[in-house]
Amino acid sequence: MPRYLSIIDSAYRATIEEQDDTAVWFTHAMKNGGADVSILLRGDAVSYALMNQDAKGLRFGSRAVIGPDMVRDLKAVVERKIPVYLVADDLAERGISASQTIPGIEHIARDGIARLIEGHDRILSW
Amino acid sequence: MSTLTIGIMDPPYESANTPTAFRLVEAAIRKGHDVYVFCYEGATALGYAGQKQHPNAVHGTSLEAEDHPNPKEWVKSLLAFAAEKKVKLVWCNCGMCVDERGVENQVEGTCRGSPVDAWKYCEASDGVLLIGTE
Repeated sequence: MPRYLSIIDSAYRATIEEQDDTAVWFTHAMKNGGADVSILLRGDAVSYALMNQDAKGLRFGSRAVIGPDMVRDLKAVVERKIPVYLVADDLAERGISASQTIPGIEHIARDGIARLIEGHDRILSW
Repeated sequence: MSTLTIGIMDPPYESANTPTAFRLVEAAIRKGHDVYVFCYEGATALGYAGQKQHPNAVHGTSLEAEDHPNPKEWVKSLLAFAAEKKVKLVWCNCGMCVDERGVENQVEGTCRGSPVDAWKYCEASDGVLLIGTE
């Protein structure tokens, strides 16, 4: 079975309206359909791995918005046995320490991206 | 109190610019300012009445539990909020952009206009912010 790698770079693009990240969601849905998938978080998307995010409390007039729960979604991905990687250099550049991230996500160096891509058959760049 | 014009260009479900624009409109209304919103290009779909909620199989949520946001509801809510606060909120869509996209069926309270209307809104405002798409 071909191995897919979703490389997610853009972050928080439409998460308020969608109540999730569409690329994470899409990859999770592929897994539920039987695909062999992995996720690489890079660039601003490494922030998705941060614990204790809270997007609740938004409302427009009387209309409340539930909001996204990226911690829930990333934990669900890890629990679903979808390998999740993040670029440690991108995390460090944003001042986020490894200890602040969700357990079960593998941190790789930027110069390890090519090797990770080599280990997959299809690359979905989001 | 002041009058503001806010231009929006991004379509729904595509950009963080959209909730940012809605938050700015909400804050302006809350502070008692009159607001003209001019939706251009993809933003004209924000008030499209055909938007529908859906359950979310990946989240494991029902239609009700997911309560998926539809921006048309945000438009309706802001129009009601402005009425409650007794300030003016004009939600104007570029008519040609509406026609191109087939989103004529809009929520009640919105209107059609042209760049000339947007210009008139700007002239009648103390401040103008255009949130262009990237």
